[in-house]
Amino acid sequence: MEKEQPQKGENQHEDKGAQSRRDFLKKLGLIGTASVAGAAAMYTGFHYEQSKGKGDKVKVLTADNKLVEVDKSALKDSKPSLEVFQERGREGIPGKRWVMVIDLSKCRNARQCVTACQSAHRLRPYEYHINTLQIQETENTPPYHMPKPCQHCDNPPCVSVCPVDATFKRQDGIVLIDNERCIGCRFCVAACPYSARMVHWQEPRYAKQDKGKTYDVELNVPQKKGTISKCLFSADQLRDGELPYCVSACPNGVFYFGDENEDAVTNGTTKETVRLSKLLRDNGAYRLMPELGTKPRVYYLPPKNRIFDFPEKSILDDTDHA
Amino acid sequence: MSSNSEHQIAKQETIDKVAADALRPVNIGWGFKIWFALLAIALGVCIYAYSIQLREGLGVTGLRDFISWGMYIATFVFFVAASLIGMLISGVLGLIGYDWIKPIGRIAEIIAVAFAAIAGLVIVSDMGRPDRLPYVFMYGRFQSPILWDVTVVTTYFALSLLLYYVTLLPDLAISKDKLEGRPKLLRKAYEVLSIKWLHKNEQYRILYRIIRILLILIIPTAFAIHTVTSWLFAVNPRPGWDSTIFGPYFLSGAFVAGAAAVIIAMYFFRNNYKLKDYLTISHFDKIGKLLALVSIIYLYFNINEFLVPGYKLKKFDAIHLQALFVGKHAILFWFTQITGLILPIILLFFRKMRRPIPLTVISVFVLIGAWLKRYLIVVPTQEHPYLPIQHVPEVFKVYTPTLIETAVTAASFILVIMIITLLSKLFPVIPIWEVAEDIDKKALKENAEKE
Repeated sequence: MEKEQPQKGENQHEDKGAQSRRDFLKKLGLIGTASVAGAAAMYTGFHYEQSKGKGDKVKVLTADNKLVEVDKSALKDSKPSLEVFQERGREGIPGKRWVMVIDLSKCRNARQCVTACQSAHRLRPYEYHINTLQIQETENTPPYHMPKPCQHCDNPPCVSVCPVDATFKRQDGIVLIDNERCIGCRFCVAACPYSARMVHWQEPRYAKQDKGKTYDVELNVPQKKGTISKCLFSADQLRDGELPYCVSACPNGVFYFGDENEDAVTNGTTKETVRLSKLLRDNGAYRLMPELGTKPRVYYLPPKNRIFDFPEKSILDDTDHA
Repeated sequence: MSSNSEHQIAKQETIDKVAADALRPVNIGWGFKIWFALLAIALGVCIYAYSIQLREGLGVTGLRDFISWGMYIATFVFFVAASLIGMLISGVLGLIGYDWIKPIGRIAEIIAVAFAAIAGLVIVSDMGRPDRLPYVFMYGRFQSPILWDVTVVTTYFALSLLLYYVTLLPDLAISKDKLEGRPKLLRKAYEVLSIKWLHKNEQYRILYRIIRILLILIIPTAFAIHTVTSWLFAVNPRPGWDSTIFGPYFLSGAFVAGAAAVIIAMYFFRNNYKLKDYLTISHFDKIGKLLALVSIIYLYFNINEFLVPGYKLKKFDAIHLQALFVGKHAILFWFTQITGLILPIILLFFRKMRRPIPLTVISVFVLIGAWLKRYLIVVPTQEHPYLPIQHVPEVFKVYTPTLIETAVTAASFILVIMIITLLSKLFPVIPIWEVAEDIDKKALKENAEKE
C-alpha cells in the first residue's frame, strides 16, 4: 500500500483509478466463473463494486499536505469539478504567505517571464499578466528594466471595489479573480494603481480550443470574453509545489519566490533558497508606491551594479514613458 | 355666501381655462406618430449596433486595458447629473416656498424621471458580461460603491416617478372628462390612472402631506446619487480622480446640466405647446438667474479642483493637468470651461440674455459643455497611469470612440427623448391644479386689496 501513496494533484486520482479498476476486474473475474450468465455476473459485479472495500483503507495526501486515511470506496476517479476548483481557489493554501522578490540589477529584459506566462495562461502576445517595463525615475538617474506582475497587495484596492466578489484575497496572500463570477464592470481595472489587470475585449486567443475545459480559478483557463484576467502568482503551480511559470522561466536569476512564514525564497533560475529577511535587508529592498497603502507582496531589489547594457540616452522624453 | 359661490364659479372657470390650455397639445396626432416613428427607426439602428457589441464583445468600442472606461461611463455620469434638477427645483425651491417654480416643476420631474430611468441602462451597455447583471443582486458586496450607486439611483428614480405621478393625480381627474376627440385608449388611461380622485378636501390634505414627504426624501437621495457617482472615480488612487471635493464638484455641475436641460425643454413647450401664458418671460428670467447661480458655484469648484493641484504640480498631477491645459485635450477643455461655463455666467448677468431665445441658445452650449466635461473627467485620467504603458499596440494608448460605441450612446439619448416625448405629449406638462390654485390665490389677494 505504501507505494500507492500518491504524490499530488491529479496523479493521485489517476493512480487510484487504475488501482481500483484492477481490483474490480480481478474480483469480477472470480465472480464471473461462479456465475451462470455473463450478464448476471456484470450485474452482480456492479453491486459488488458498490459495496466492496468496506474497511479497506488507503492513505492519501490532501491538498493542504495532510496525510489522511480514507475508506477506499469514498475515492472517486474524476477530475476536480468547477465547484471544487472554485472552492479551493477561494480558500487558498493554508499556512502559506506567498511572496515574490524581483532583483532589478539582474534583469536584461529577456522577457521569458512574459512568454512563459502567456503560454501557460493562453494569452495573446500583447495580453499581460506580467510585463517588463523600461523605467527611468529622473533625468540624472539611469533607466532600468522592471518586470511587473500583479503586486498581490495585502490591502488591494481592486478587491474593495468589486461589486460581486469576483476578485478576492486569499489566506495565502494571493489576489485571484473568478471568471465565472466577473460581470466585466472594470472597476478593478480603474482602481489598480499598478495597471496589473487586463480585459478580454474579444474572444480569448484559444477560445475554440479551450471550449469544454473545466474552468480552473487558479490558472484562469479557459479565459473568458468580457471578463477581467490578471496575474495569479501561478496558484495552480503552487498547489503542486512548483514555482510560478515566470519565476522558473527567467534565464537571469531575477525572480525569487517563496513563503513569508518560512522566511525563505527560492531563486527561479539557480534554485538557490535564501533567507527572505536577509535578502531584503542586505539589498535595500523596496515596494512599489508604498505611499498608496496597498501593501504589495512583491518586493524589488534596486537596480544597482546592473549587469546589463541600457541605451545611454534618457528615455524620459519617450512617448511610452509618461 | 353669494361671494363664496361666486368665488367657486370663478375658481372652476380658472381650472377650465388652464385645463383647456394644458390639454391642447395632449393627443396622439400625426406629428406625434411621425416623430415617434423616426425615433423608433433611429433606435432600431442603434440597437443593431448594440447587438454587434453583444456578439463581438466590448472590443468593438475604442476601450482597451488602460482607458477602460469611456463614452458610456461619461454618458452615465451626465445622465445622473441631468436628473438631479428635479430635486433642486421641486425639492429645494419648492420646500422653501417659491411659487414661481410651480409651472416648471413638472417639466423638471419629467427630465429627472427620463434621465434617471436610462442611466441604469447606460451602465448595462458598459458591462463586459451584461448577461450576469443579476449577479449584482445575487452576490452584491456592500463595500463596492457600485452597490451604493445601484441602490440610490433606483431609489431616486422611484421617488421621482412617484412625485411625478402624485402631482399628476388631480390633473388626471380634472382632464378625464375634457378629452373629447382623443383616442379611446388615452381617455381610458386617464380614467384608470386617476384612481377615483374626487377633489375632496381630505384627499388634497393627504396629497399635500405625501408631496411634502417625497420632497423631503428626495433631497438627500439626490445628493447621494451624484456624490456616490463621483466616488466611483474618487475612491481610485489615480491623479485626476483622487480628489476630496469630487462629491460637491459633481453635485454643483449636475445642477448646471439639469438647469440647462429644463430651459431647453421649457422653450420647446412654450412655443410648440402654446404655453406662453404659463411659461412666461419672467419664468425664463428667474431660471436664467438660477442657471447663473449654479454655474458660479460650479466655477468655484472648478477653480479648486484645478488650481490647487496646479499650484503644487506633483509629478502625476502635472502630467494630467498638462494634457488638459495645453496638451491633447486642451481644445476640448477650454471649450467646455469657456463656452460651457465662463461665458454663460457673464452673459447671464444681463437681463436681455435671460429672455427665452438667448437663454435657450446659452443652455444648448452649457448642455454640450456638460457632456464634454464628463468625458474629460473620465478619459484623460486613465491615459496616464502611474506606470508607463509599454509593449502594447498603439490603440491601447489612446482612446478613440468607435462608430458602434457612438451609436449605442445615441441609443440612450434617443430613449431619454422618447420618455420625455411620451410623458409630455400624453399628459399635461404644466400642473393644472397647482397653477389654477396659484392664479386663484392671486385673484383673491387682489380682491382683498381692492376692498
